[in-house]
Amino acid sequence: MTGAAEVTVRATADPVTGTAETATTARDRAWQVAAAVPDPELPMLTLADLGVLAGVEVDGGSGTVTAWLTPTYSGCPAVAEMAADVDRRLRAAGYPDVRVRLRLDPPWSTDLITAEGRRRLAEAGIAPPHPTSAVAAGSAPGPVALTLGPTRTGAVAPVTCPHCGDGDTEELSRFGSTACKALWRCRACREPFERVKEI
Amino acid sequence: MHDHTTPTTPAASATSAGSATSAGSATSAGSAASAASAASAAEDDHVYLSLAGATPGPEGEGRWAYGTGFADPLLGVDTTLPAGLDGADLAAYCQMLGDDALVLAQRLIEWCTRAPELEEEVALANLGLDLLGQARLLLTRAGQADGSGRTEDDLAYWREDHEFRNVRLVETPNGDFAYSVARLLLFATARGALYEALAGHPDPVLAAVAARGVKELAYHREYATAWTLRLGDGTPYSAERMQVGLDAVWPLLDELFTAHPVELRVGVDPATLREPVLRELAAVVAEAGLTVPDVPPLATVLGRAGRDGVHTEALGPLLAELQVLARAHPGATW
Repeated sequence: MTGAAEVTVRATADPVTGTAETATTARDRAWQVAAAVPDPELPMLTLADLGVLAGVEVDGGSGTVTAWLTPTYSGCPAVAEMAADVDRRLRAAGYPDVRVRLRLDPPWSTDLITAEGRRRLAEAGIAPPHPTSAVAAGSAPGPVALTLGPTRTGAVAPVTCPHCGDGDTEELSRFGSTACKALWRCRACREPFERVKEI
Repeated sequence: MHDHTTPTTPAASATSAGSATSAGSATSAGSAASAASAASAAEDDHVYLSLAGATPGPEGEGRWAYGTGFADPLLGVDTTLPAGLDGADLAAYCQMLGDDALVLAQRLIEWCTRAPELEEEVALANLGLDLLGQARLLLTRAGQADGSGRTEDDLAYWREDHEFRNVRLVETPNGDFAYSVARLLLFATARGALYEALAGHPDPVLAAVAARGVKELAYHREYATAWTLRLGDGTPYSAERMQVGLDAVWPLLDELFTAHPVELRVGVDPATLREPVLRELAAVVAEAGLTVPDVPPLATVLGRAGRDGVHTEALGPLLAELQVLARAHPGATW
């Protein structure tokens, strides 16, 4: 991944001795390192692609780097891994003092997944989520909330098969191998695939 | 993205097998994906490999419990108590909501290996995982707010049943699938409405838990609604079983709308949720072709119930299973 190459470059530089650089540059450099950390369960995505990396700041005086993460689901058991990965990568890049913080507000949403993240998901055979606004408008599968009516399961939905690109797909189960994904099947190529659910 | 709910279930294996097949079928997308994941696997020296070199942060945040560290679910979150909020009251309130979530999570997880279909087992475990996450945050907040410094584990594993503040609805045994679906329908509908109201709470931690919980509970409600419709609108026998489930769980509903003094002082008066929640439930029940049960609420003990620590006999055995490992090995970490 290009992001990982970025880390290697940064690791050879010594950010602590870069006293002449501006605060913005220092923050950008630290951001690059943290942003390149892959998600523990979807390693084709970085934490920045996923929208989990909420901010990075560098204290100009002490050189302390603080990185904020927004956890995805309340029960997400990978938060600890993400925090440890960010901590470790920043230290490896030469920052001696690293703080990782969680930011709970605003809550994470699949809308925070970047365009690059969506592209990489599809490339890995995982259908990316729709915008949550489309779910709210009722034109895409997602939580029905309080409105009743026919269940969405099996309904015609604009979900494209990430394998063959056909739109003739159906949901097999709203819940899959992780909390964030549903299990789908393509009727055209007959392949099952996972799909990131809107939240 | 990061929720290994049941990583070793046949469902997970089946999914991976499916993906592997598709990657092997040499579509261009599949090949690119497998190449990319192989590359990232090589580059991503996983966190477990560097555990030995890990050092706790100066503020103690880098605890390497559970093998990876950073076990605090409120890591670095500003936990200052807002002015005007009583810490003991807020702690008691967070315990009430946290215990509801923890106990129902435990009941949902009991369906693992017992659900009628594998997909439902995975679904129920996913729902339980959401609730467990909410419970961790709420119990952690409770231990901070009352100044006791108790952790989520202290509260989950080392309290007795009379110290739990959950409503009795969440503790009754799972019964059959219809009963569990009915219970989930009631709880998810009421808790979703409560979280909506709590998203503007002055305590930022409680407000954040609620704001995210609203979105998670929407999926829970949808799941329970879909099954209520499917069973109620299915065969005469499935409808009969679903109706029996609703009838059995309905006496426990009233407690969700009965205010404890703590709720009135620091939270949302649950009585205000009664009318909108009942309306939503009635709509689902009607859509399913079933009847809203006309049953009296389960009796209390001189007006005291779950929020006061007065529980049914079902809670003790549940807690025994939940707590046995932590109590057999006090202070153990892994």
